[in-house]
Amino acid sequence: MGEIIAYIAMGTGWTAVMTFGSAAIGIVLGLPMLALAQSRFSVLRGIYHAIVHVVRGVPTIVWLFIAFFGVGQLGLTLSPVAASLLVLSIIAAAYMAEIYRGGIQAVPAGQWEAANALNLDRFSTLRFIIGPQLFRAVSPSVATQIIGLLKDSALVSTIGVADLVFRAGIMTQYNAHGLYMFGIAGLIYLALSLPIAAFSRSIHAHITRRYALA
Amino acid sequence: MSDFSWLYDWPQFIPDLLPGLGVAIMLTLFSCLGGYILGFFLALGVESHLKILHYAALVIVELGRGVPILVLLFLVYQGLPQLGMMLDPNPAALAALMFSAAGYSSEMIRAGLNSVAAGQAEAANSLSMSPADTYRFIIIPQAARISIPPLVNLTIIIFQATSLATVITVPEIMQHAGVIGAATFEYMSVYTAAAVLYLCITIPGAVLSGYLEKTMGQKKRSKRKAVKALLSKSPTQSATVA
Repeated sequence: MGEIIAYIAMGTGWTAVMTFGSAAIGIVLGLPMLALAQSRFSVLRGIYHAIVHVVRGVPTIVWLFIAFFGVGQLGLTLSPVAASLLVLSIIAAAYMAEIYRGGIQAVPAGQWEAANALNLDRFSTLRFIIGPQLFRAVSPSVATQIIGLLKDSALVSTIGVADLVFRAGIMTQYNAHGLYMFGIAGLIYLALSLPIAAFSRSIHAHITRRYALA
Repeated sequence: MSDFSWLYDWPQFIPDLLPGLGVAIMLTLFSCLGGYILGFFLALGVESHLKILHYAALVIVELGRGVPILVLLFLVYQGLPQLGMMLDPNPAALAALMFSAAGYSSEMIRAGLNSVAAGQAEAANSLSMSPADTYRFIIIPQAARISIPPLVNLTIIIFQATSLATVITVPEIMQHAGVIGAATFEYMSVYTAAAVLYLCITIPGAVLSGYLEKTMGQKKRSKRKAVKALLSKSPTQSATVA
């Protein structure tokens, strides 16, 4: 039994790489998308909304199959890991951008106006006035989204990345004890989501203490 | 990237995928209907003062929300046979999706129930309404305004999640797409057609849920009304102070 648990638990590696890799890329890529969303040109804002709706409106497994089987058929063969990371990162970026957009709207207009009245330039306004408030507003949602990515990363097993679900599936084929095998995988997912939630709470408490205001 | 025929080829596969769309919609409707009813009782359970009921409901909710749906599907389809329960693919997918829908919806329903001021239930009690009547006529109508927009959103998410049921061979959209793809080798066209089919449901759904959020969500009083309320209140307040 110990060996089986160890075999399944090794899948945590790919699960973590997929989750945190796509989260990191998504958190960064969400920023230029936010710029697109906040653009003064309505065409660019339209493009932003089109991208977000299409990326989020198609199930993750469909994107995975398009990236792996579809693009492969066109002659550009992606490895399962590359296809998974690509798809999860794009989806993460779309979700993060929407979270940032909600955060920007939560910062009162008076903050921009006050910064302007103090003659702060655009960079300083973003860095010292809007940024901290935005970060405080979005950090719980970002953490929730990372936990969502953790669960979405289970889908990469369908195109052959040896993550938790994939390994639990292999073990089930060996010994037919599916309840235990997938139960172990499920418990590891639950165990992984706890530290993410705890870390998010501590970072949120820290930022609230440091930039405390109403 | 040699072949671009998929760019105009994909619509021909839509008719072949339509039976899958029907299965996906039925799966969504039944799992959401059952899941939301279950979610309501789980919400009541989590709010219960009985410790054992509270923790039992909490464990079920956290399992439904915290375990990936893919794992739930495998647990039901490949795990339950270990206990002697062999389910066909369709009921297995229904059970897994319903469990997940129950977990997520119970938190949304709980948020709605908690948004109703305690005085409402107390007032109903002082009018000697039965608990069932209090829920039916006082609490639920007010809670629904808060709960319905996220539940519509969840329904769209569950619809998307039906695509996962392909891993246990439920004949939904992705299952049909996989079979056609293997037969014709037109993977790109087939999966593009599948993606478009999903968008046909999810984009109108997103628009509807955005509209409901705007119209049903916590209604903010207009500024004019708030000022009016403030003005009408202040004289009496200052009078009492004086």
